[in-house]
Amino acid sequence: MIPGPVRYRRVRSVDEAVVLLSQLGTDAKVLSGGQSLIPMMKFRLAEPSYLIDINAIPGLDFIEERGGVLCLGALVRESTLERSMLVRQRYPILHDTAEVIADPLVRNLATVGGNLAHGDPANDHPATMLALRAQVVARGPNGERSIPIDDFFVDTFVTALQPDELLTEIRIPVPPPRSGGAYVKFERKVGDYAIAAAGVFLVLDEAGRITQAGIGLTNLSYKPLRAVDAERALLGQYASDELLRYAAELAAQATDPVSDLRGPADYKRAVARTMTLRALRRALERAQANA
Amino acid sequence: MAARAVHGIGVPVKRKEDPRFIRGKGTYVDDIKLPGMLVMDIVRSPYAHARIKRIDVSKALAMPGVIDVITGEELAKANLAWMPTLMGDRQMVLPTDRVVYYAQEVAAVIATDRYRAADAVLAVEVEYEPLPPVLNPFDALKPDAPLVRPDREQKSNHIWHWEAGDKEKTDRIFHEAEVVVAQDLYIPRIHVASIETCGCVANYDPVTDKLTIWMTSQAPHAHRTVFSLVTGIPEHKIRIISPDIGGGFGGKVPVYPGYVIATYATLKHKKPIKWIEDRSENLQADSFARDYHIHAELAATRDGKIRGLRVRVVADHGAFDAAANPSRFPAGLFSVCTGSYDMQAAHIQVDGVYTTKPPGGVAYRCSFRVTEAVHTIERMVDILADELGMDPAEIRFKNFVQPHQFPYKSPTGWEYDSGNYPAALQKALETIGYQELRREQAERRARGELMGIGISTFTEIVGAGPSHTFDILGIKMFDSAEIRVHPTGAVIVRIGVQTQGQGHETTFAQIVAEELGIPVEYITVEHGDTDTAPYGLGTYASRSTPTAGAATAVAARKIREKARLIAAHLLEVSPDDLEWKDYAFRVKGAPDRHKTMQEIAFAAYTNFPLGLEPGLEAECYYDPPNLTFPFGAYVCVVDIDRGTGQVKIREFLAVDDCGTIINPMIVEGQIHGGLTMGMAAALLEEIVYDENGTMLTGTFMDYLLPTAVETPHWKTAKTITPSPHHPLGAKGVGESPTIGAPPALVNAVVDALSHLGVRHIDIPITPAKVYRILQEKGVAE
Repeated sequence: MIPGPVRYRRVRSVDEAVVLLSQLGTDAKVLSGGQSLIPMMKFRLAEPSYLIDINAIPGLDFIEERGGVLCLGALVRESTLERSMLVRQRYPILHDTAEVIADPLVRNLATVGGNLAHGDPANDHPATMLALRAQVVARGPNGERSIPIDDFFVDTFVTALQPDELLTEIRIPVPPPRSGGAYVKFERKVGDYAIAAAGVFLVLDEAGRITQAGIGLTNLSYKPLRAVDAERALLGQYASDELLRYAAELAAQATDPVSDLRGPADYKRAVARTMTLRALRRALERAQANA
Repeated sequence: MAARAVHGIGVPVKRKEDPRFIRGKGTYVDDIKLPGMLVMDIVRSPYAHARIKRIDVSKALAMPGVIDVITGEELAKANLAWMPTLMGDRQMVLPTDRVVYYAQEVAAVIATDRYRAADAVLAVEVEYEPLPPVLNPFDALKPDAPLVRPDREQKSNHIWHWEAGDKEKTDRIFHEAEVVVAQDLYIPRIHVASIETCGCVANYDPVTDKLTIWMTSQAPHAHRTVFSLVTGIPEHKIRIISPDIGGGFGGKVPVYPGYVIATYATLKHKKPIKWIEDRSENLQADSFARDYHIHAELAATRDGKIRGLRVRVVADHGAFDAAANPSRFPAGLFSVCTGSYDMQAAHIQVDGVYTTKPPGGVAYRCSFRVTEAVHTIERMVDILADELGMDPAEIRFKNFVQPHQFPYKSPTGWEYDSGNYPAALQKALETIGYQELRREQAERRARGELMGIGISTFTEIVGAGPSHTFDILGIKMFDSAEIRVHPTGAVIVRIGVQTQGQGHETTFAQIVAEELGIPVEYITVEHGDTDTAPYGLGTYASRSTPTAGAATAVAARKIREKARLIAAHLLEVSPDDLEWKDYAFRVKGAPDRHKTMQEIAFAAYTNFPLGLEPGLEAECYYDPPNLTFPFGAYVCVVDIDRGTGQVKIREFLAVDDCGTIINPMIVEGQIHGGLTMGMAAALLEEIVYDENGTMLTGTFMDYLLPTAVETPHWKTAKTITPSPHHPLGAKGVGESPTIGAPPALVNAVVDALSHLGVRHIDIPITPAKVYRILQEKGVAE
């Protein structure tokens, strides 16, 4: 559990990081919280030649609403997100998510940006961000671009970020009235990746019909998964437990888990259904309370 | 010296060890840093079974900072390629031609620092020719199975056959029995996973010709003797120091190849060598525990009286029999598996088998296979209750060994020293409100909810052991204590056992405080250094209090007898006119005329009677007359989530009886820790191999240790039934909860599902396993 030889650079600005990334290309890895990267290096599953440490870049840890959008800086720590009153009151789904990521020691260092940029389908924020229809902001040599979350996850450990781009910010639409979200996770023990987890975001109209539905699933496919059919089945409907069960079933059908020590694939699919159903129920309760 | 409270036996004295641990000032093996120290790292096998065709060390040797690469071929020249195990088998230190388990040691790199050593490990080129792995002991016993150990004369994978009890009588009882229940139980391979991994700093000093090894050892004296026998170095030229140890749990009893290679390296290079395993090495290659394939049968009358027990076990020992059981007990104390129940006959058969998996079979927080024994009988009693439609509490009351039957001779030959099983279970049931829980269960069942109540009423067997039966490599399993009282009445106690977290420095001081009336804070306890501590067999199998604790009490009483002579001299009375009362020698009838131990100690060096040796010290090597038999009654309540298969522990009550309690706070801490480990074995932990024999659970991501989140709030209570033969009446408690908890949990889960026809589930009871059952029974959500 000793990492291989590696060079290390601490950068002070996004521009400096981008310049270095442009020079070093795929030999370099960005170090933010390091809670996935460093263990991978210790197992020599990752052996980057360079580490570009972005932790000293000032001003990348904001949590603020700006122009109808919640903006999260790439360096927001999970523990900061977990304790934020704004997040707790207005974005309970984000609070749900931060609270179940690994353990408190990991959350003190782990960042929201890293959780997405790592591209790991077992990470928790991807499902939540899919449910919330977030945008990922990246800066490269040619400036800034905004990537819709649906386009962000390309493959296992592969995202739409180019080798010379740095993830700087995540933008989430401010929730409308009568909306509610929830993230529900089942794990073997605290700190484990999910056997299955579901993030759900629902918006109701005044009559109580579902006008917007987002469902993201964790660790149930080769990349973070959006349960599109399940979302579609909810749209325009009045929420009933029967409907939620139907949607949860559709979500489970969309999964493609692998059998491993967390259980066989069919078990994970069953838990995916349970998690989706429970997240739907909680999201609905919150949306109804948010009228 | 100011008057202070004695704080003897029964007082919850805060642990003397804790200030240094809380402040981060403990000294573990990895904290030892010596000038010029080199670091060792180990090349390990990626195959479970392979022939080694070639090892090329040239690239590694050429790397900066690399001093040496040691292979089996080199060790063979020093006659060190193999070493004896504590079970009389032999084990490879480094292989010369083949590897027999995944992550086996293949070569060792010596370098100037840890990082260079790790890089060089990857540069050692080893060419393997893979051989078929043998992963299942039943397959291993087939005639065409690949031979794991061609070095042995006996050309089969069968190691030994062992029996206990009366076969003929047992078979007759089964033949005549009204009811017989049978069950296969598998107790999987698990790992002690102590937080401190294993390691050593070996330092040979060519000037003094002395070899000093700081080592993660639960038995430094026994290890010194083994090292002397293996290397030929005279025993007085070897010093083994066991400094602070971060958990042992049986995993630091065996001798690992790393210790031997580091010792060889320091003798060769005449520099200190440090070797510390990383977490994966510890999990992958160090001794495992359990791995018992059990077939058990109970014979009973139709009204629920148990008549006999028949058990056959196939024990997977991996590639070497490197358990650390007493010599005459290759299956440990498994034959105590008749448990707390009176029956006419029992017959136990165990067959040890080699497979291409790491060696071991160590007693993980368990007195030599008693965990397996308790699991067997506590499950079987529940299965019998289910068969007969009886309540699990009722069937236990009906079959308990009764208080008047002690000392009780068990059908497999053990003599239980003392116990009151009905009282313990009665207390447990009343405390938890058993009848009310059963009513609630019935209501919930009617609503389709799954709630279970599990009971375990176990008997432990600890304190190995009497010299007529117990030895390791011929060394009898006595233990020892040495006590010196200084002139001012301060005391140093040295003991033959070694703490790994049990709190010896506190409890052994309390024993001396109680016996001598000296305040506990003036008593220092030392252990773990073979140059200063008296010879002892070490700490495991809950043996410290039964053996060294008894030695400490006896040594203290020797001091008190000498002190009586000095007190008589000081008080100018006959020794017979004195009595020991309220921590002082008092003149009978005139208790105000007295001498405290402090006064007597000073006189022992300044004013002793003519003809009496000066000084005040004593030692004792204690050969226990019998083992001790702690027991307990545990009740567990669980709810099962039908949507995930998750088992939620709602309540867990442990009633323990360990005889006299020396420090109730430490005992409670031991019980909390042991229950947590037992819960982990029941629900989380398992070493898993793939079809190639590659270990899949080599990190804490996959080998699941519980955290505070998974741990329920433990409720504890006690009864006290002293041991009649121990000088203090104490029995030992460290392992009771680890062995008692798993069957209570399993019984609770099975109870939650019993109305669906479920009778047994093997541990660990994972959510996936439960969910599959829920699906099969049509109750999954």
